[in-house]
Amino acid sequence: MKQNRFWAWVVFLAGAAYFVVPLVATFEFSLRMRRGYYSFDSYASVFSDPTFQATFSYSVIIGLFAIVMGIVVVVPAVYFVRLRMPWLRPFMEFITLLPLIIPAIILVYGYIRLYNSSSIIPFTGSALGTDILLVFAYVTLALPYTYRAVDTGMRTIDVQTLTEAAQIAGANTVQIITSIILPNILVAVLSGAFLTFAIVIGEFTIASLLNRPAFGPYLQNIGANRAYEPAALAIISFIITWGAMGMINVLGRFAPRTSARTD
Amino acid sequence: MTQPAATASPRRRLSFEWLGVAPFIIFALMFLAFPTLYLLAGAFIGRDGQFTFDNIAALFTDQIIAAYWISIRISGASAILGAAIGLAMALAIIRGRLPAPLRAAIMTFSGVASNFAGVPLAFAFIATLGRLGLVTIILKTVFGFDLYRAGFNLLSFWGLTLTYLYFQIPLMLLIIAPAIDGLKKEWSEAAQILGATPWQFWRYIGLPILWPSVLGTLSLLFANAFGAIATAYGLTGSSLNIVPILLYAQIRGDALQNPGLGAALALGMVLITACANIIYLVISARSERWMK
Repeated sequence: MKQNRFWAWVVFLAGAAYFVVPLVATFEFSLRMRRGYYSFDSYASVFSDPTFQATFSYSVIIGLFAIVMGIVVVVPAVYFVRLRMPWLRPFMEFITLLPLIIPAIILVYGYIRLYNSSSIIPFTGSALGTDILLVFAYVTLALPYTYRAVDTGMRTIDVQTLTEAAQIAGANTVQIITSIILPNILVAVLSGAFLTFAIVIGEFTIASLLNRPAFGPYLQNIGANRAYEPAALAIISFIITWGAMGMINVLGRFAPRTSARTD
Repeated sequence: MTQPAATASPRRRLSFEWLGVAPFIIFALMFLAFPTLYLLAGAFIGRDGQFTFDNIAALFTDQIIAAYWISIRISGASAILGAAIGLAMALAIIRGRLPAPLRAAIMTFSGVASNFAGVPLAFAFIATLGRLGLVTIILKTVFGFDLYRAGFNLLSFWGLTLTYLYFQIPLMLLIIAPAIDGLKKEWSEAAQILGATPWQFWRYIGLPILWPSVLGTLSLLFANAFGAIATAYGLTGSSLNIVPILLYAQIRGDALQNPGLGAALALGMVLITACANIIYLVISARSERWMK
């Protein structure tokens, strides 16, 4: 048993080295912009770049819309399937797994072909249309995670009883979903939202092929043209991802402790 | 629809349910099913609009076959190594009884690292193992070992595999940890009492139980690496000949080149990821047979 523990530490330390060294190296690299001594010049250079500010806020806005649309699409569907149409569940599971199997580049290629400017729904014909398409593309990318987060959230509350109680009190279905169900699964929904944000904020493939001025294509462009700023941007991206994941962890502590009726 | 309805107006209730599910279904059709099917069908349509196998036949050139082969090798290697190392780390953390706070920290970090893919990850590895990267320089100045003269290149099979492992290992760790938690302590105790060595326990009890989850994650990791483009593009630009980058270049130059060929490339990618998943389904169905 003691030997067991020794090997556990060896495996852990080797793994930790693999994961920590690139972070340290990247940070060190980002400080090297001035010859001779370390400085935060590369960060100053990044933050003062108007293109950074523009592309970053663009991606944040697209991300927020993707989160809202994801909730609108997923929450009512999961609610009704759980409440009245459990036979649809396998179908939902299958659909929501598809984005993990179909690569993003194929999705966006399909969008470009199907929704080009001469088609029935010419999403890519205008800037606004392409933005809308980008939002839905991100909803699709995040679908596996949003669906699972919401589904797990609904499992921990008693949907049936809550619905019946609300109906007796005279609430209509829209009220039930927005003011009874949604607040009760808020923690799960927010976890899904932060994960969506982490996936969307630096996304490259779709934004680049739809030609939108998003953060991902900006990152790539800087990588091809600058030396030290990419390292600074990698650190910034890592901190953003860490922030989003940290929020999910913090939220987890507020998850409701009630459980579903088991009959 | 013969569900017993509790209220007086079953028909209205039913239509309301469909109204709630409708956005999801319309969304799935518009942004998942139709675009993918439309694209894949395009693989069989020639420039003249007629049905043809020419686009599929056009895939069989040296460059495209080489691209598929490199992609399969990189995805396979990063999936297998990622799964093996991830499993080893999960076992070390959970069964090796490392301190609980450490475990929580590792799980959080895995959540971050598994999402830290794409262009920033490429930057991180350039800063680490690129020609001017920290590790490259330390190896050269402190140990007198020139990584690049020894034949290593970040823009190669091993370079890309090593980079992909940064998100593959944590993903494996996150997915497999619950399965390892499901291994009951009583099982290893029972095995021990019956005189099994730790190796025998893992060979005959532990791994067979974990096997379906390991294989399932393996196919997920494969698909994850096979479709990944941003990391490779950030590392190499369009210089590396792997399928997603080839397809990316093809889409960018769509107006000039043959759109049917792009669709055929996409069809090949979907078939390969689908294959990985079908292999998993078959094996897991087999390995679950005795568990009932």
